[in-house]
Amino acid sequence: MYGGGNSFEHLDLDRSLENEDPQLLAEFEARIARGEKIEPSDWMPALYRKQLIRMIEQHAHSEIIGALPEGTWITRAPGFKRKMALMAKVQDEVGHAQLLYAAAETLGKPREKMIEDLINGKSKYSNIFNYPAYTWADSTVISWLVDAGAIVNQLANSKGSYGPYCRALDRICAEEAFHLKYGHHSVIHLSTGSAKQREMVQAALNRWWTPLMHFFGPPDKMSTHTEILTRWKVKMSTNDENRQQFLDMYVPKIWDLGLTIPDPNLKKNETTEKWEYTEPDWEEFKRVINGDGPCNKERLAVRRRAEERGAWVRKAIMKPVEKPVTPLA
Amino acid sequence: MNQLAIKELLYKIADDQLILGHRNSEWTGVGPTLEEDIAFSSMAQDKVGQSLAFYKLLHNMGENDPDTVAFMRNAEQFHNCQLVELPSGEYDFSLIRHFLFDFAESARFRRLSESSVKDIADVANKLKGEIKYHTMHANIWIKKLGNATDESIERLQSALNYAFPYALGIFEKSPFETDLIENGVFVGEAQLQEEWLEEVQNVINQTQLILPTVTDEEIKYGGRIGKHTNHLQPLLTEMSEVFKIDPTAEW
Repeated sequence: MYGGGNSFEHLDLDRSLENEDPQLLAEFEARIARGEKIEPSDWMPALYRKQLIRMIEQHAHSEIIGALPEGTWITRAPGFKRKMALMAKVQDEVGHAQLLYAAAETLGKPREKMIEDLINGKSKYSNIFNYPAYTWADSTVISWLVDAGAIVNQLANSKGSYGPYCRALDRICAEEAFHLKYGHHSVIHLSTGSAKQREMVQAALNRWWTPLMHFFGPPDKMSTHTEILTRWKVKMSTNDENRQQFLDMYVPKIWDLGLTIPDPNLKKNETTEKWEYTEPDWEEFKRVINGDGPCNKERLAVRRRAEERGAWVRKAIMKPVEKPVTPLA
Repeated sequence: MNQLAIKELLYKIADDQLILGHRNSEWTGVGPTLEEDIAFSSMAQDKVGQSLAFYKLLHNMGENDPDTVAFMRNAEQFHNCQLVELPSGEYDFSLIRHFLFDFAESARFRRLSESSVKDIADVANKLKGEIKYHTMHANIWIKKLGNATDESIERLQSALNYAFPYALGIFEKSPFETDLIENGVFVGEAQLQEEWLEEVQNVINQTQLILPTVTDEEIKYGGRIGKHTNHLQPLLTEMSEVFKIDPTAEW
């Protein structure tokens, strides 16, 4: 699961490209313009490599951190069907992290280093996972709508220019499609269930609506200038485009279930064919992305603790001290 | 054939699978490597799926539906061995438990696939194929970590010392043991333990680890008759927290 709103580094274009061979750069851009994929051993500008590492790494971190809010509900999932599906779903997310770290490693940064940067707060992950999943209904809303948002973003990125990332995304999107079905199915059961179940799912939607709107990143007018990343097919769609697509696909489905979206201004403008909505609090978004969200500390602490607890295992498999087995006789 | 005897046999198998599956799933998102995180989740899914297969057999014999049976009983109504209910602890304990338990399970399914009760033989035959990968996984890791660093060897040895008396408790005899053996339903716990011990010893011999000596008094029996450690009830309370909000609802 992953949203837009990647935090790209500020681009100082004159300086970032001044050391690149103009001919190689022109060939590189021509290949991308022709729709070719760039592979790990191909020439690429340092800036391209850097931005891709950053983006794929953030995506991988989001998968592994994203496993936490839903993962806590595996042991509490109601009934065999949900228990088994949620286990498989969260396992997929960890598998996505594995795929994505491998894709990022092709650009030269080792997995251990990436995880170290995650734990020490140097690299980011999707903001949405800094919010808590209070009830079972929260976990179902995440499975449905956060995964839905992720698919919008990931489908766009799968058409990008870097081969290993695109191939990883193709596999990821196929699995996310099942997550979406699972999440939708669970939300349908709650929203058509008992009064208590309906109340749970409405409360969860109320809690997750702002984080979902934040999920796609700040409005385009507030975002970093990314023209060159668009030309290089690193960034494939804008935050607003993704958000509009999500609203277009899912608002009607949410309304169909008799749920209320907690934004009285949300409506589709029939003339512009765009959704109009109350801007979510972007100051809150900034605060959370900079570490001051409800669960930032907890999420990183859990990840850090997992790394510490598993250190002896990794050490043992990385640097085995071969000891001969003592013969019994 | 005494139906109670068969039910008792099925309950202990199903409860073992469910509880260990639940414990293994606790590693999701926090495993020592991403690959092990994923592996423990796969095994958890298999185990919970296997328990469902046995609860369905029980349902066919007139017991409650699987969800009610799994989510509505209290600890003293569970027949699992104490080994599976112990907290997951660190990876060393989880790995050792997985190794000890899954070799027992592998032997059990192998023997049950010869059962005179066709429904049981059919299920066991199918699950034999799944459990093979669990023992392969355990083998690789026990041999790797049991020969790697001083720390990994010490950790595994200490986990083994702790877990082994509980592992022997897997083979607690049923009140209907003779009945089951005489009717060809199941070869019996004593025979199973013998086969298990040989396989476990064989793997341990390929490591720096030593199987501890355990006296009969030290073996942790009781799970099969509903006597559990203090760890089972909190696990069940957590597992049924949402289900019990409305047990009649569809979730």
